[in-house]
Amino acid sequence: MSTLIDAPPTRSRGLSNSVPNPRPFRLVRHSLALAKRSLIKTWRTPEALIDVTLQPVLFLIIFVYVFGGAVAGSTHDYLQFLLPGILAQTIATGAIAIGVNLNTDIAKGIFDRFRSLPIPRSAPLVGAVLGDVVRYVIVTVSTLAIGYVMGFRIDTDPFRAIAGCLLAVLFALCLSWLPVLVSMKVRTAGAVQGVMFALIMPLSFASNVFVGADTLPGWMQAFVDVNPMTHLVASVRGLFLGTPLGNHVWWTLAWCAGFVAVFMPLALRAYRKKI
Amino acid sequence: MTADLVIEAEGLVKTFGKTRALQGVDLAVPRGTVLGVLGPNGAGKTTAVRILSTLLTPDAGSARISGFDVVRDAERVRQSIGLTGQYASVDEDLTGRQNLELFGTLLELGRTGARRRAAELLDWFDLTDAANRPAKTYSGGMRRRLDLAASLVGSPDVIFLDEPTTGLDPAKREDMWDVVRSLVGNGSTVLLTTQYLEEADALADAITVIDHGRVIAHDTPEGLKRVVGGQTLEVRPSDPAHLPRTAEILTQVGSGAPADEIRKGVLAVPVTDDAALTESVARFATAGIAVTELSLHLPSLDEVFFTLTGRTASEDDTTRPTEVAA
Repeated sequence: MSTLIDAPPTRSRGLSNSVPNPRPFRLVRHSLALAKRSLIKTWRTPEALIDVTLQPVLFLIIFVYVFGGAVAGSTHDYLQFLLPGILAQTIATGAIAIGVNLNTDIAKGIFDRFRSLPIPRSAPLVGAVLGDVVRYVIVTVSTLAIGYVMGFRIDTDPFRAIAGCLLAVLFALCLSWLPVLVSMKVRTAGAVQGVMFALIMPLSFASNVFVGADTLPGWMQAFVDVNPMTHLVASVRGLFLGTPLGNHVWWTLAWCAGFVAVFMPLALRAYRKKI
Repeated sequence: MTADLVIEAEGLVKTFGKTRALQGVDLAVPRGTVLGVLGPNGAGKTTAVRILSTLLTPDAGSARISGFDVVRDAERVRQSIGLTGQYASVDEDLTGRQNLELFGTLLELGRTGARRRAAELLDWFDLTDAANRPAKTYSGGMRRRLDLAASLVGSPDVIFLDEPTTGLDPAKREDMWDVVRSLVGNGSTVLLTTQYLEEADALADAITVIDHGRVIAHDTPEGLKRVVGGQTLEVRPSDPAHLPRTAEILTQVGSGAPADEIRKGVLAVPVTDDAALTESVARFATAGIAVTELSLHLPSLDEVFFTLTGRTASEDDTTRPTEVAA
């Protein structure tokens, strides 16, 4: 600490007391800088990636080999049917982690420092949401990789396959504003997890993820038909396997827009009010 | 507005549910000086800092930093302040360098500027060797230094230090004091909260004592010490048989009051200045009295509060939340 008796290094910043003249796209640049922070955190704690790496692998193996014969007559047919569903389900549950992480971060006080900086107040949240895109890409890659090993094959072309993957990533990205909102409203990280599972589980099971919806009772079918997960799964199936797409892609995009339109402003408002 | 005041607050009020954290607090800090805000847990220190650093809005009253209102001109205020919280708020998963570069980027220093500023601060805070390790591997003292460095990335004119040495051992505490002194030497204005009169005395040009969200005293360290009593010299002779002779010497070097046995085998006497320490050492040597303990103390926060309010600071900790602004 001998150097400490010197004067601290200074630089003329020209910021203080001058009229704020921010460079353009502040929100974008600051959010990206903060997204980089989330990325570094993700690389530093690989065990936090279990939900997006191991979970799709386990689900695929268990569901295909336990239910495949009974549900679809053959494990290969069921694998073809199930993989888009598992991708949708794990990518949606993968979006829960952001709520848990934000809740922990805010408790630690680093968000206080962000809030004391001359940056847009929403930048830390937007940055965290964007940083998690890498997790959704990992879900997609690990699901397709284990699926390929087990015998899954894409029946369409690479462009449509990529479109299917991008749609799933976009869905998770938009949906993640819900866990962000929940993380501002509940006290502990564990509670975020509990609330989010209670919301995501009905969406993924009361859907076409595991079985076709035609055998379900009418009232449940009504729910399945509007369930955003159903539209996502039907879209990804169509884009991977060539099954009829109908309006599912449009419905999925509409749901994505809806998630952002409703949950993002609520989450930002809750964040501003949170002390 | 007085041209010289960098931090001004009048009548700050903030209530959390039933807890009245601030009940009309005035603060004033002239440019280039250090204000020590002294008070026990729950006195409202952190709430005041959070209002001044734009994290909270006051229920009533107003505050300005460099003339900019903390509510209406919050954005301008944020451009000239640095905040170091009570808990080291750096990102533990990022390295020291990544933490500082992140803040540099957010403060519009540009890629090269952020890198250069991070390197300067790492060097200045003696963290260069640890720069590329995640902050979670840092010791408590290193984390505090990194935390403080993070608040200096933008070269702020005004620095808020919320209990910067709480939880540090005495040697690390003095390192931190050196840092604060050199910041001020460089022209920064500092508002520092603390629970230690000793710390406020070592660093501050003026001390504001707050309790239950109210200012109960505002004075220079000398003025405050005149009110609450100055330093106390404590001595423990190795041989209890020397107690009477030790007491005699202490009474002579002290400020007039007779020496008092405050604990078994330990004598204490109020003194007026540091010279009493050296003088007593010389006299003990002449008298052939060996001592095992010899120390100079400022009154503790409890004693300050007892003098100012007639009760101790910790007395009411049980009846109110200790952490009003967690």
